[in-house]
Formats: sequence, C-alpha cells, structure tokens
Amino acid sequence: MTRHGADFAMAEPASADTPVVSFQGVGMRYGRAPEVLRDIDLTLTQGSFHFLTGPSGAGKSSLLKLIYLAHQPSRGLIRLFGQEAATLPRAALPALRRRMGVVFQEYRLLDHLTVFDNAALPLRVAGGRFDEYRQDVIELLAWVGLGHKISAMPATLSGGEKQRLAVARAVVGKPDLLLVDEPTGNVDQEMGRRILRLLKELNRMGSTVLVASHDVALVEESGSPILTLKGGRLGGPQDGPLP
Amino acid sequence: MSFDPRTAETAIERPAPLFPRQFQQDRTLGLVIGVLCFLACLCAVAALASDRAASGWRRELGASATVQVRPKAGETPSEAADRAAEALAGAKGVAEARALDREAAERLLEPWLGKGNIPDDLPLPRLVVVDLDRQHPADAAALNQALSAAGVDASVDDHGRWIADVRRTGDIARAAALGALLLFAMTAGAVIAFATRATLQTQRDVVEVLHLAGAQDRFVVKLVRRRFAILAGQAGLFGAATAAALAALMKLFGGENGLTPVLPLAWIDLLAVLPCPLLAAAVAAIAVRRAAMSILKAA
Ligand SMILES: Nc1ncnc2c1ncn2[C@@H]1O[C@H](COP(=O)(O)OP(=O)(O)OP(=O)(O)O)[C@@H](O)[C@H]1O
Ligand SMILES: [Mg+2]
Repeated sequence: MTRHGADFAMAEPASADTPVVSFQGVGMRYGRAPEVLRDIDLTLTQGSFHFLTGPSGAGKSSLLKLIYLAHQPSRGLIRLFGQEAATLPRAALPALRRRMGVVFQEYRLLDHLTVFDNAALPLRVAGGRFDEYRQDVIELLAWVGLGHKISAMPATLSGGEKQRLAVARAVVGKPDLLLVDEPTGNVDQEMGRRILRLLKELNRMGSTVLVASHDVALVEESGSPILTLKGGRLGGPQDGPLP
Repeated sequence: MSFDPRTAETAIERPAPLFPRQFQQDRTLGLVIGVLCFLACLCAVAALASDRAASGWRRELGASATVQVRPKAGETPSEAADRAAEALAGAKGVAEARALDREAAERLLEPWLGKGNIPDDLPLPRLVVVDLDRQHPADAAALNQALSAAGVDASVDDHGRWIADVRRTGDIARAAALGALLLFAMTAGAVIAFATRATLQTQRDVVEVLHLAGAQDRFVVKLVRRRFAILAGQAGLFGAATAAALAALMKLFGGENGLTPVLPLAWIDLLAVLPCPLLAAAVAAIAVRRAAMSILKAA
C-alpha cells in the first residue's frame, strides 16, 4: 500500500477548520413513513475516524445515504466540504461524489463487469485512462487479496470477496471522505482487521472516515470515537458502544 | 499468496462496456434500423433515377418541335410541308427540319385507327419535325416568324406544355422522396429513443451506481450513445449495401423494355447510399442524447 500512499494527493483540502460533514437538526424519512432519523447533529472534522453503531434498523445506512447524497433530508441542514447540500445543482453532485468513497452494505457491484472493472469504476467515471490506472488497480486488488480473481465475475465471488472488492472500489479513487457500511460483516477476523488497517492507513493519509458497523469487538479494539444511533437519534462520540 | 501482477495484467487488456450487452434488444433494433436504411436508400436511388428520367425527357422534348402545316388553296399537302421544312431549316436555332410524308403520318395514326383502316382520301394533317439547335434552341415565336415570313400557314408546338408537366412531375417526385427520407429518419430516431429509454430503465441500477461513483449525466449518455450509434451505423451499412445490391441487380437485369426505360439507373446513382451509415449513426446519436438527458434529469 505504500506505493499507493506515495502519490496520494488530496483534492483541494477544505481549510482545516471546515468540517467535512456537518449535520444540524437533520431528519429523514422514506416516503410518508415516520422519520427514521430525528434531530441529528453531527460534525466530522477533516482527518477524523468515527464508528457509527446502533442496533439493526437504527438508521446507520440511512445516515450514510444522506451523506453520499442518495437521499434528501426531511428537515435540517447538511453541509459537505463546506457546501450546503440542499442548494447544490444537479451538475455539481458528481464532483462532490468523487471526493467520497462508499462501501455499500449490499456492495452494489456491477454483475456484468469483472472484478478489475468493478474496482476501476470510479477512476473510469472520473475520466481516468486505462493504461494509467491499470497497474494501480491491479496492485490494490492484490492488496485486498483478490489478485488471483482479477478477471472473475462478482457472481463467482464469496461474500467476503465481494466485500473486499467493494472496499477496493471505494478507496481506489483516494477519496477525501470514506463512508463504509458494515465492512467486516462477511469476512473472518483476520480479513476484518486487515480491512480496518487499510481504512486506518487511508485515514492517516488524510481521508476522513466513517464506518458503520455491528462488530462490537472490532469497534472496541480500534479505539476510535463511536457515534451511536438509537431510536433515530444520535448519541456519542463515546468511549464504547451503549450497553 | 503467490501473485504476479504481470500475469494478471495480461488478462486485463481493455475495459469492458459499462452497460451489459442486450443481444435480443440489439438484434431487433439493428433489424429495424437496417430495414429503414434499406428503404431510405432505395428511395434515394429511385429519386435520382427518376430525376434523370425527367431531365432526359425534358431534354428530348426541348430539343425538338412539331409543326402542323395547313396547305393553301392550289397546293398539295406535301408541297406545303416541304415548303415549311425549307423555311424552318434556314431559321436561326434550328438544326434540321424534316417534312413527314403521308406514310409517316399514317403510321402515327395506326395505333388508334388500326393498320390499313385509314382511307386513302382521308385528309391527314402534315407534320414537320424540327430538331432544334442544342445550345441555342429556337422558341415557338421564332419558328412562327420564319413560317409566316415564308407565307406558310402552320401551327407550332414547341412541347412547352409537356416540358412543364414533366418538370412538375419531377418536382413532385423529388419532394416525395425527400419527405419519405425525412419520415424514415424520424422513425429511426423514435425507435432509438424508445430503445434508449428501455435501456436506461432496465439498467437503472447500473446508472445509479455510476452516478454514485461520480459519473456526470454526460458520461452516462455517452455510453448509450456510443453503443447505439455504432449499432445504427452497422445497420445502416447493412441496409445501404443491400439496397445498392438490389439496385445493381435491377440495372443489370432490368432489361431494355423492363425497368430501365422508366427508371434509367446509372452506376453513379448507387453512390447515394454511401452517407446512409453515417446519417443513421448521427440520427441515433441525436435521438439517444435527447431521450437520455430527459430521463436522467427527471430521475
Ligand atoms: N428504501 C427504504 N424504504 C423504506 N424504508 C427503508 C428503506 N431503507 C431503510 N428503511 C427503513 O429505515 C430504517 C433504518 O434502516 P437502515 O437500513 O438505515 O438501518 P441500519 O441501521 O443500517 O440497519 P442494519 O444494521 O440492519 O444495516 C429501518 O426501519 C428500515 O426499515
Ligand atoms: Mg445498514
């Protein structure tokens, strides 16, 4: 990963005191259903690393959706990299999304593309040239343990392999903000630690990281601040998950 | 884990298309566009040929005039006709003037009266056929003047009415061909727009992942546009080649009395099919852009 780290460059870092993510009194609902998130106040400063925990259905994935602009809040104010999300025109979204890497809970791999093409997707979408990114992508895939599966199709991967591919796709563009939904749900402890080390390393190089996870052992072991969702409201950061 | 990036590298040679291939849809779409292009090419070739026919007729009609001579008292019809031919032959803008004899006049009537049914004493109008100078043809007024100067009583037909008719027919045929081409293009555009919508709808998940990965609408449109433009170009090539082959067969085997006299195809007319693949691709590109942009914006 050191090779990756060497040319790691931040896309115009916001000034140090501008939070990467800031929520003020944010609510969210699906359709006309009652709000699944209420009165969320949240600030992720640049270079921070947070865990987001909470029982199943608490709204962890929903909160991430708000950040990666896949869903509109029902109220409140969301600022991303200092920009107010609600006022952004459609044409401004791609540039913002390219500064984020997302590992979706359900992976959202493209089934008709090889492992390599899935991992390379963000670079391709950003206009990268195949000859230029090919080597980087191959090395990244080797690092997450998929070097021998480079031309495999996602349908032939195990759950853990899919998860690692999703992680590779999220980090390949060296994003300023990394949103990771259940990164270790399907991998053994060793691979879980490895993924976490990768996220930590990216964090050390400047990425702001938010990891939603059930994995209490992993979360506690990491020693990073923890945000806890319960009943649609946010608690923490605290020293450990709520009892 | 033994891993050699170089062996992996050889397996990855170029990026795969981001939208999955849809063979069924592509085949149907290709067939429809191909048939439209085939019809459009036939239409273009036929328009060129009919244009050539019309201008040929116009040239022939314009290159000659017919003069009907009325003999004066004490003059045989043949004498009158000869005198008229003589007067016209010397006129400016006339290449040659020939008086038709009675047999020739009878031959002209045979289709209506039947061979041998023309009584010998039937007074037949005598005609003088005038071949006009191709460069500076004399008009009806000039011919009339030459005739009256020679004291011949005759009426001149410079085929002006026929020429106007032929010209009008040619104009109508050309407009019809143009309208048909436009209609084919619009139909092709509509079909492509439909296919674009279907693709974006069935690939909604792919589109969403692309967007979440930071793809601009432009990028997504380009993917679909490229694919359908290539497809339409190939279908256009196929349709054009088939139409050209059919036209070539018609020209080769159309026969002297068959199609050739009505539609005088020239080999060069077949070149009209050449722009077809490009036009098809262009129509596809425009249709995709319009349809895709409206869908993506609405999403
Ligand atoms: N697309 C959707 N439409 C309607 N309701 C939804 C949708 N997605 C999630 N929900 C609801 O929103 C609530 C929060 O779901 P969410 O997926 O954010 O929880 P989570 O904390 O990520 O759970 P898990 O730990 O199981 O992943 C749940 O009650 C769920 O039923
Ligand atoms: Mg979730």
